[in-house]
Amino acid sequence: MSELQQKLTVSASPHFRSRQTTSGIMLDVIVALVPSLVASYIIFGVRTLVLSSVSVISCVAFEYFSRRIMKRHNTIGDLSAIVTGLLLAFNVPASMPVWTVIIGDFFAIVIAKQFFGGIGQNFVNPALIGRIVLMSSFPSKMGSFPEPLVSTVPITSATPLVLLKSGEMPAESLLGMFFGLRGGCLGEVCTAALLIGFVYLLVRRVISWHIPVTYMGTVAVIMLIAGKGDFEYVLYELMAGGLVLGAVFMATDYTTSPVSKRGKIIYAAGCGIITSLIRIFGNLPEGVSFSIIIMNILVPHIEHMATPKPFGTPKKSKEAEDK
Amino acid sequence: MKGVLKPVKKGRGGVDIAHFKNTAETPVVRIPTPKLVTVAMQQNIGAPCTPTVAVGDAVLVGDKIGDSDKYVSAPIFSSVSGTVKEIKDIRLASGAVSKAVVIESDGRDAEADFTPPDVHDTESFIKAVRESGLVGLGGAGFPAHVKLNLPQNAKIDTLIINAAECEPFITVDYRECLEHGDDILEGVNAVAKYLNIKRVIIAVENNKPKAIRVLRDIADADNDSGDKVKIMILKSRYPQGAEKMIIQSATGRRIPPGKLPSDVGCVVMNVASIAFVGRYLKTGKPLVSRSMTVDGTAIKEPKNVRVPIGTSMDYIIDFCGGFNAEPEKIVCGGPMMGMALSGLNYPTLKGNNALLAFTKADKGALAVKKETDCIRCGKCHESCPMGLVPTNIVRFAKAKDAEKLKHAGTLVCMECGSCAYSCPAGKPLVQHMRLAKSIIREAQVK
Repeated sequence: MSELQQKLTVSASPHFRSRQTTSGIMLDVIVALVPSLVASYIIFGVRTLVLSSVSVISCVAFEYFSRRIMKRHNTIGDLSAIVTGLLLAFNVPASMPVWTVIIGDFFAIVIAKQFFGGIGQNFVNPALIGRIVLMSSFPSKMGSFPEPLVSTVPITSATPLVLLKSGEMPAESLLGMFFGLRGGCLGEVCTAALLIGFVYLLVRRVISWHIPVTYMGTVAVIMLIAGKGDFEYVLYELMAGGLVLGAVFMATDYTTSPVSKRGKIIYAAGCGIITSLIRIFGNLPEGVSFSIIIMNILVPHIEHMATPKPFGTPKKSKEAEDK
Repeated sequence: MKGVLKPVKKGRGGVDIAHFKNTAETPVVRIPTPKLVTVAMQQNIGAPCTPTVAVGDAVLVGDKIGDSDKYVSAPIFSSVSGTVKEIKDIRLASGAVSKAVVIESDGRDAEADFTPPDVHDTESFIKAVRESGLVGLGGAGFPAHVKLNLPQNAKIDTLIINAAECEPFITVDYRECLEHGDDILEGVNAVAKYLNIKRVIIAVENNKPKAIRVLRDIADADNDSGDKVKIMILKSRYPQGAEKMIIQSATGRRIPPGKLPSDVGCVVMNVASIAFVGRYLKTGKPLVSRSMTVDGTAIKEPKNVRVPIGTSMDYIIDFCGGFNAEPEKIVCGGPMMGMALSGLNYPTLKGNNALLAFTKADKGALAVKKETDCIRCGKCHESCPMGLVPTNIVRFAKAKDAEKLKHAGTLVCMECGSCAYSCPAGKPLVQHMRLAKSIIREAQVK
């Protein structure tokens, strides 16, 4: 009897757990990014693989060493640094020098993530901070893109977004845009591949539809009004720039988005509005990164507003209590 | 379909768990009477009983051996015939210490003289329920007569019979439906009659087609004499059978925090409890035994057994062929809300509906995840049927902020375990919730 007693595990209920783990979720995100990686390799060639692998290795290394220096437990096993590395690489042009990407990785992992306590504690999306640092430090390098399928030499010809902004229709066909035959960052160009990743994440229940659909939907509605009902214009706006990549993979980052459904919708609508405003009125051609970062910062307030009241809380007395 | 009701309102959250209803087609068998039963005097939520027998007394099955003058308490009856051997303090599975009457069985199972109770109005009905020793058989162990003794001003319009049995593994309520349909009908009629309730809803999950058939017959039989009993078929999802959830599904009403089902016009009873009421009114035999599901990967012969109250857990396991492998965890109750046991030397209580044992090789669901950092994925919130945000509550609990904890609805938590089940970071969230509740309680005392 006492022998049995020593061997039994006694713990609080529940005694069953789902099999989902943090690293499993991150692995799913990585798998969801693979179609885009493949598409990017086809479109931009071997530079894609060079930049992606350097970025991933740097992020993991920064995560490992920064946590070691700060005497915190090792967390590279959760695979989140790999996701950040991939996403940052996806956010730079194929012609971006390797060393600049490493700088971006440093800001993403060390400054934006580990300085705030590591996974689950950062208040802004690390990969986007990396991208913004690169955008403000190397604006010309971040703003010129090699021509798809042709060469790795950056050309300064206008991207679809720039053309759209000046009121022209891009030279690329809509179908070409859908499959990624346009100037742009590594991972953002092939809408088709990104949507495959989106469906995979939905099927695996890693994310819900709320953020991506609301985000893209808001942009579509605003652009429909701005374009005076021109659906072609709306489709170009949706596929141009980094909207799909941002809406599916960056805005949905767990840590920096609200947990409640209502919160998610408010947050994503905010992202969509700011993105559209920057695209229409701003100085920059693209506003996805800034809009997500701004909404990231607002998440605590959105949560405060949108978190549902506990089951059965009467509406009236709650208001009275708040007063 | 006649007599079938659609859920009025779909509940939020919950988790899909494999049902593991392995013992569903295993009829309940009476366990051979053990040589010794240890009947604890703390069998219900509320006040414990004091022994009414002395060492050396001869008792028959159904003789009262413990009672209390406190209101929230139900009397306790001997589950065997024999001699009181000892009255001592024992430790229960919960860790609490309770007085217990140890009775040595003479092996005859001789019953006391039972006479059906004289029931003619509400008062005599409540009194009879109290004298039956019934406590909620679904696991909570709340004295039934207290539940049924409704406040004067309460307007109760619905009696809900809970046959959802949403916890994995457990099949005793299902067996009750299949084996004692007539008792259920009589219990339903009695409670509805004496409590003057016009509508009865029997709730069952859609993974139990045979039980649905039986319950529908009950509804139909009753509807010949009025249109009172309805059956509500719920989509099977944990925790559909939780009291608050089932009331919401049946009536669309939500119990406000800190309130009772009667505050929203409902009385909810477990199906085994209602069947017992039906039986008791016929025979007058008090609660001396109960059905339990014995299952899990470490059990050689999973079974449904009828167990005299006070039977030791190891005796039950032996009856089911013992262990086929070394158990890693033994759980009293379901895997989601049950209690892990530190051994088998505990007596069966009235509220115990299952005894489960799992091996270490049970790599599937049982394997404990390594605890990692919260990534705020929100799955705890998504799965919470009460709409709470457990990850925030953990944070407030760490800060010992009783005010914020209260505001976040901590006390609404029913510890169903959906959050901890779905947490990818393997956080023991139910434990955190209990801690959070105790912080609020402490702050209230101060």
